[in-house]
Amino acid sequence: MKYVDEYSDAEIVQKLLAKIHSTSQSHPKRIVLMEVCGTHTMAIFRSGLRRLLPSNIRLLSGPGCPVCVTPNHYLDKAIAYARKDDVIITTFGDMLRVPGSSSSLEKEKSCGGDVVVVYSPLEALKIAQENTGKKIVFLAIGFETTAPTVAATIKIAQEKNIQNFFAFSGHKLVPPAMQALVGYKDLHIDGFICPGHVSTIIGSKPYEFISEQYNIPCVVTGFEPLDIVQAIFMLTQQIVNSEAPKVQIQYRRSVKEEGNLRALDLMREIFEVEESNWRGLGNIPESGLKIKEGFSAYDAEANVPVQVEETRENEACICGAILRGVNTPLDCPLFGRICTPESPVGPCMVSSEGTCAAYFKYGDYGK
Amino acid sequence: MCLAIPMKVIEIKNSEAVVELGGVEREANLQLVEDVRVGDYILIHAGFAIQKLDREEAEKTLSYLRQMAEMV
Repeated sequence: MKYVDEYSDAEIVQKLLAKIHSTSQSHPKRIVLMEVCGTHTMAIFRSGLRRLLPSNIRLLSGPGCPVCVTPNHYLDKAIAYARKDDVIITTFGDMLRVPGSSSSLEKEKSCGGDVVVVYSPLEALKIAQENTGKKIVFLAIGFETTAPTVAATIKIAQEKNIQNFFAFSGHKLVPPAMQALVGYKDLHIDGFICPGHVSTIIGSKPYEFISEQYNIPCVVTGFEPLDIVQAIFMLTQQIVNSEAPKVQIQYRRSVKEEGNLRALDLMREIFEVEESNWRGLGNIPESGLKIKEGFSAYDAEANVPVQVEETRENEACICGAILRGVNTPLDCPLFGRICTPESPVGPCMVSSEGTCAAYFKYGDYGK
Repeated sequence: MCLAIPMKVIEIKNSEAVVELGGVEREANLQLVEDVRVGDYILIHAGFAIQKLDREEAEKTLSYLRQMAEMV
């Protein structure tokens, strides 16, 4: 058991797809399923699943790409940090090329800004230990999957008395964004493919309000082709058989109902919940994480003062509507012409998990 | 960004593990997980193990899927 190859068996995938076709053909309406997570969006496009589904099942990509939903004012502040001589910015690679109001971290780097791409917040901590004369600002973006790794890093910084490591929290929480989505009148969703690794941390219970209050079934799903096909089958069954909507876990090898309690405890020790601004979705109550006062010594915003330029948005870019699920990249006048992976205008084209990047790379314009 | 890769634990030193996939070795921090042993598969995200994979559940899912496929 290697937990990957076993879940890519093409023969079983085909047979399950046949079951999905026969289950859904009797259904009189179109079935719209949203994959909330950007990692799912990429897995779905990479496997070509969209083309193999019945014509009455539509997959919609949601706001689950952390880079994409990070608003311009966060980027502008990160860029302002990068312009300070005594700061080294440490960041996940996807953030580098995202345009802010007038610059990007990549541009700042080419102008001499100290910007280092890291794979883990622990690498940022190591850079802090090696550069005691500098302030190391780590761009802490990501959902519940990533926040505990930053919380653990802050604890290690405290234990080792490292005083020049600062996290700039842009962490966001997935269930409040799903609640915002189901409130949109111009968006209809019949079922949610819930993120497998966010749920590895938070469990399946935080989605229960969606099935109970909004009557929308949810399936917590893994990332291999068989996982996704099974989840679509489970959702289709709930919808076609008019079962009472419920939350089911497909990804049982990783997700427990209660989640990862150790990671959750650590996350709650370091962070508190606050309102947060999402690109495309606006301000959502209790959807972001801020560093608690007791750990403010590790909070970039409390320790590294900067002047931030006035935030501007690119009016022509429709990333916001794409993140809300009300438009696809094909509705955007910039897509594929002015906005490409080589010369991206909006974050959904920059991020390797962005919906525009997926449409562009895999050319799956059919559905 | 929420990508996490299942890797095999080949060595444990305090709260760090050496993990391996396809011949590539990496270090992973074990602070977010419990009861990890050499030979286990753990999900790695941003340098941390975020879960120990449950072999029994993994096999249950696969055997259910194989049964479903036979019923087509």
